[in-house]
Amino acid sequence: MIESAQRLAWRLAPQLIALIIILILCRLVFPGFYSIEFQNGRLYGSLIDVLNRGAPVALLAVGMTVVIATKGIDLSVGAVMAICGAVAASSSVRGDPLVLTLILTLGVGLICGVWNGFLVSVLNIQPIVATLVLMVAGRGIAQLITEGAILTFNDPGLIFIGSGSFIALPMPVVTWLLFGIAVAVLLRLTALGLLIEAVGINRRASTLSGIRTPVLLMAAYMLSGLCAAIAGIIVAADIKGADANNAGLWLELDAILAVVVGGTSLLGGRFSIIASLIGAMIIQAINTGILLSGFPPEFNLIIKAAIIVIILVIQSPKVQGVMTFLTVKSARKRDVEQTAQ
Amino acid sequence: MMQSNDEILSATAIVKRFPGAIALDHVNFSLRRGEVHALLGENGAGKSTLIKCMTGAYRRDEGSLRLDGVEIDPRDPLDAQSLGIGTVYQEVNLLGNLSVAENLFLGRQPRRFGLVNTREMNRQARALLANYGMDINVSRSLDSYSVAVQQVVAIARAVDLSGKVLILDEPTASLDAQEVEMLFRIVRGLKAKGLGVVFITHFLEQVYALSDRITVLRNGQFIGTRETASLPRKDLVTMMLGHELADAEKELRAHQPDSGNVRFEFNGYGKAGKIKPFDLSVRKGEVVGIAGLLGSGRTETAQLLFGVDKPDSGTATVAGKTVSLNSPRAAINEGFGFCPEDRKIEGIIGDLSIRENIALALQARRGWARPLSRSEQIALADRYIKALDIRTTDREKPIKLLSGGNQQKAILARWLATNPQFLILDEPTRGIDVGAHAEIIRLIEDLCAQGMSLLVISSELEELVAYSSRILVLRDREHVAELTGGAITTQNIVNAIAASGSEKAVQ
Repeated sequence: MIESAQRLAWRLAPQLIALIIILILCRLVFPGFYSIEFQNGRLYGSLIDVLNRGAPVALLAVGMTVVIATKGIDLSVGAVMAICGAVAASSSVRGDPLVLTLILTLGVGLICGVWNGFLVSVLNIQPIVATLVLMVAGRGIAQLITEGAILTFNDPGLIFIGSGSFIALPMPVVTWLLFGIAVAVLLRLTALGLLIEAVGINRRASTLSGIRTPVLLMAAYMLSGLCAAIAGIIVAADIKGADANNAGLWLELDAILAVVVGGTSLLGGRFSIIASLIGAMIIQAINTGILLSGFPPEFNLIIKAAIIVIILVIQSPKVQGVMTFLTVKSARKRDVEQTAQ
Repeated sequence: MMQSNDEILSATAIVKRFPGAIALDHVNFSLRRGEVHALLGENGAGKSTLIKCMTGAYRRDEGSLRLDGVEIDPRDPLDAQSLGIGTVYQEVNLLGNLSVAENLFLGRQPRRFGLVNTREMNRQARALLANYGMDINVSRSLDSYSVAVQQVVAIARAVDLSGKVLILDEPTASLDAQEVEMLFRIVRGLKAKGLGVVFITHFLEQVYALSDRITVLRNGQFIGTRETASLPRKDLVTMMLGHELADAEKELRAHQPDSGNVRFEFNGYGKAGKIKPFDLSVRKGEVVGIAGLLGSGRTETAQLLFGVDKPDSGTATVAGKTVSLNSPRAAINEGFGFCPEDRKIEGIIGDLSIRENIALALQARRGWARPLSRSEQIALADRYIKALDIRTTDREKPIKLLSGGNQQKAILARWLATNPQFLILDEPTRGIDVGAHAEIIRLIEDLCAQGMSLLVISSELEELVAYSSRILVLRDREHVAELTGGAITTQNIVNAIAASGSEKAVQ
């Protein structure tokens, strides 16, 4: 048990260090960054803001991590968010009870996942192309549902999901924390994590070992669709309306970035959902920090890009190799694995 | 003729350390002009490390390296290449989607007005390959040619670029007999031109057919350099294995007469375009061997039996019950296991640990909801690492870092962990060193004695003869003969493979 905790800490160390450094930088450019207040039964403050605003990307990153671990990618999640937001809004406007609205929306997210999964696992289309289809078509579908307008609703139950609070935390924070940890635990307590990694590293060998690869791939894309549906509900509930044009726009790229910053290789295989969640928080902390710092907004994207480049450079195999070399040199007696062949 | 000034490349007292291990311990190696020098040793002996030190892929820790009497210190393989040392690896390191000519002249294409002069390049490529007695269409993509032709292209490129020393790292591992002969002709030609050739292989016959001298390494130690002509094969094996010799020598197992019940039966089983319908029955505790040339339908037979390909005719019966084997999973549920020919692509999950690779098939059969706990996986892995003598410092090491023989054992372990009734082995001993080779053969015999049924495909006929109680011979995607009992001899197999016409030679 202690051993596995150690392994996890070792795995998460680079992401945690990066997050801490970003938070320190935020404090330097905005002195009030760490102050947290308790008002009207919930917490307020920049840190809470980071957790709250980061919810959509964190949720998308959960599904994206699993899809990327299977050596795939899901470009459609932003569009699926828009579809699901539209479905939720139109269902709410129609007067459906909240439970039905949620079931419908999550169901549509799963169906989007089934579509992607079908293209990838049954028709064997390359994931980047297969999910591009829905990425393009998705916004059109969402516009059809909202009939081109911003569809507003005022069901307090639905709105609560976006802006309510639970044990002093905003609902989106509670949602992504619980969901992300639940998925991470599910994958590691069952054999799913191992099987997903095996498929991502060598699909053919995995099939020959008796793994039902098509089913597993389908499940990965369905999970990604489900994550996008939840994120879509949160975004729609937050603004009390469905905006087919802008909901989730470019968020698929942030989600992929969160996974990469989290240290999961785009080549598939080894993955960590927790690391991706930290990655999502790193990205959101950068966003919020730049916003609060008062830099001219035109610098924001450039600063963000620069910080991300630095994080990726530190994680790159070349730099890691140098770091390993240095640690090996300083502690030569430590039994470090290296191939002697 | 054999003076020291004939030496083109000499390595003296090379030492290479890795954290926790000495990979090369004062190893000497010298290569003469116009000789083929075989570098032999078991996996892990240090052959690859020595080669990598000579080609600059690794930096040596001690020792000196001289080329033409001049001290050299190549920084990387490119540097070594420009000094005159070229290397051709077992897996051809070329770009299959480019044309043959482009591969030959990659990075130094003849230009005209700053653009690649394709016509000139193709002309030069044809001229270059003509030196090797090859007349092929150089504008076709490289992967449209056989591995043998790709090897020759790789050699032509390496020689053209370097021109003093050519290192061949297991070039023949995936070639058939005819292709090997072609390759040898080419190597002899290069030798006559005065090149020094270093030849690494696991096939001892090839060593005797081609090499002038032999250097043997064992566990990173230099064992010795001998003239091939004056080194009996038995002595060579002793040099390579040390004391294990007596065990490694093949003892012919008495062929047991067919007994016991037929457990696995296939009637009229086939798939159009892959393999013609065949009948096959396998008894408990029986090893059925499959012999045939590459492309004769050996692997296709195995894949059909394991459900990788779906049969379009015939029935399969397991223990008297008709079953449908439409996927590997269905076959596994009937107690099948399959060690494929291409370990890297179809066998190992490279980035996963040895532990996870061993546990994988069992885990897949149990389903995702019933995970093997970490401690169960560890127990499983440790048991098979010990039982099969998988040589590794740590069960948590990614399996891709193991040598070929140990990877093969780990994949065998993966299947043994599922306690299979019927194990299909496709070329279980290909590309494996002599020591592991003998161990795997012993393992096949043990499993058979424990009552497991095995189907073994192998190009090494002596090996098949040693452990099979029946041998099926394949030719042109058809099962053409079945040899049993006393009829099982290498000569009979060769005759059956070579026989023309398709009458069945059932003995």
